[in-house]
Amino acid sequence: MATTYFTSDHEWLRVEGGIATVGITDYAQEQLGDLVFVELPETGKKLTKGDTAVVVESVKAASDVYAPVDGEITEANSTLSSDPSLVNSAATGAGWLWKMKLADEGQLAGLMDEAAYKAHIA
Amino acid sequence: MTGDDSKHLPLEDIHAAAGARFGAFAGWSMPLTYPAGVMKEHLHTREHAGLFDISHMKLFEVSGPGALPLLNLACPLDAGALGISQSKLTFLLNEAGGILDDLIVTRLGDDRFIVVANAGNAIADEKHLRALAADFDVKVEPLDRVFLAIQGPEAWAALSRAGIETGSLLFMRGAEPRKNWFMSRSGYTGEDGFEIGLPEADARDLVAKLREDERVLWIGLAARDSLRLEAGLCLHGQDLTPETDPAAAALMWAIPRDVRASGTFIGADALRAAVERGPAQKRVGLKPEGRQPVRAGAALFDADGNPAGHVTSGGFGPSAGHPVAMGYVAAALAKPGTRIFADVRGARIPVDISSLPFTPHRYRKG
Repeated sequence: MATTYFTSDHEWLRVEGGIATVGITDYAQEQLGDLVFVELPETGKKLTKGDTAVVVESVKAASDVYAPVDGEITEANSTLSSDPSLVNSAATGAGWLWKMKLADEGQLAGLMDEAAYKAHIA
Repeated sequence: MTGDDSKHLPLEDIHAAAGARFGAFAGWSMPLTYPAGVMKEHLHTREHAGLFDISHMKLFEVSGPGALPLLNLACPLDAGALGISQSKLTFLLNEAGGILDDLIVTRLGDDRFIVVANAGNAIADEKHLRALAADFDVKVEPLDRVFLAIQGPEAWAALSRAGIETGSLLFMRGAEPRKNWFMSRSGYTGEDGFEIGLPEADARDLVAKLREDERVLWIGLAARDSLRLEAGLCLHGQDLTPETDPAAAALMWAIPRDVRASGTFIGADALRAAVERGPAQKRVGLKPEGRQPVRAGAALFDADGNPAGHVTSGGFGPSAGHPVAMGYVAAALAKPGTRIFADVRGARIPVDISSLPFTPHRYRKG
C-alpha cells in the first residue's frame, strides 16, 4: 500500500516500494496561480534534501520545488511539458512532478501525514 | 502578505469581499488576483471588460497662468499645443535626460491640466513639480480620488449600461463628466478602455453598478502586468528608470519634433546629445523560443556569447500564447528577427528580438 506524506513546503510524496512520487499540494498550486511552464529534472539526477528539483513558473513568477528527501530521479512527468496547467487542475493526481528512488526511507519519519498537513495550512 | 506600513486602497473591503489575494506593490497593498486567476482575468479583459482599481496611481491638478511654462520645463512637451481634452504621454526628465517618471498629461482648460503619475513615483513627482512650481504662478494639487480603469472591447457598453455615455470621447482624450470626476479614454492594456478618477462615494456606486454586469470582472495587478507587457507598454522602475532616456527607451515618438529641436525642458541638452550619439542600448520586444518564460533581470548574450543586454520585464502572454518579454539590447542587435540568448538559471534560452506590441492595440481613435 502506498503511504502519502506532506512537507511544510507544500509538497506531497506518495511512497510505494521505495519510490516516491512527488508533487505540490492543492494549497500550493492555488497560491502559485496558473502555471505556464515546468522545468523538469533529468532522469538519473541525484538530489539531496533541499536541492531544487523542479522550477514551476506561473504567469508572474518562477518558484523552486525542493527535494523533500535524498534520492535519485527515476522519472519526470513529461506530460507537463505540453500541459503545465495539469498541476493546477490535478495537483495531487495527473499533475505529479517527478518520481525518485529514496536513498534513506528513515527521512520519511520527519514528514507530516495528511491530518498534520491540514492543521499546518489551517 | 504586506507589512503594516503599506498603504491601503479606499475600496479594499470590496476587493476582499470579491476574494482578492493581496500583495505589496510600490508601497501599497494591492489585489494581485481574484478567484478567476490571472489567466482568465487576462483573457476576459481582451474579450469583454476588466475592472481595475488603480487608486495607487496619483492624479495631480496643475492650474494657473504658470501651468504651461511649468509643464514645458518639467516635461519634453509643448503643453500649449495640446487641444482642450487632449491627453499626451510624456516624461519627467532629470538633467541627464533620464526618465524620472512617465506621465499622462491632459489639458482640461487654457491653463488647467490633469497629470497622472505612477504609484511608486508619486511622492517624488509631487516634490519635484512643487520645487519647480516655486518659480511660476501655478498650483500643483494632488487629488483625493479613487481611480478605476475599465478596459476591453465591452468597456464602453458596460459604462453605458451603468449610465455613463462615452461616445464622443476618443482615445487619448479626457473630460470631466461629473463634479470631481476625470475620465479619459486610455489605459494600460492595449485595449479600448477608460480611466476614471472620482470621489470614493461615487466610486462605490459605480462599482456596484458595473459588478451587476456579467461582462465586467475584477482584474488584479498580475493580469494588469501581463496585459501591459503584451501591449508593449513600459513599467517605470523596470523598463524605464532615471538611468534610461527616451531615445534608449524607444519613446522619442512621445516628444514632438519642435520640442526635440528647440524645447527648453530639463534634460534637453543631454537628450539632444544622446540622440546625436545614438543610444548604446535600445528597448526591444523579446520573444523566447518555446514555453519557458524569461524574466526581468535575465542577462542577454549574442550568438558569440558576448554580453548583449538584459531583460527588464518578462512573463507569459496568455493572449499571445507564448512567453513575452522586453529589455535593452546593444543598438546593433535591435532589429526584429535577430536571434540572441537569455541566461535562465544557467541555461541559454534562444530569444528573438520582436517588434512590439505582441498583441495588436485596439484603441478607439475615431
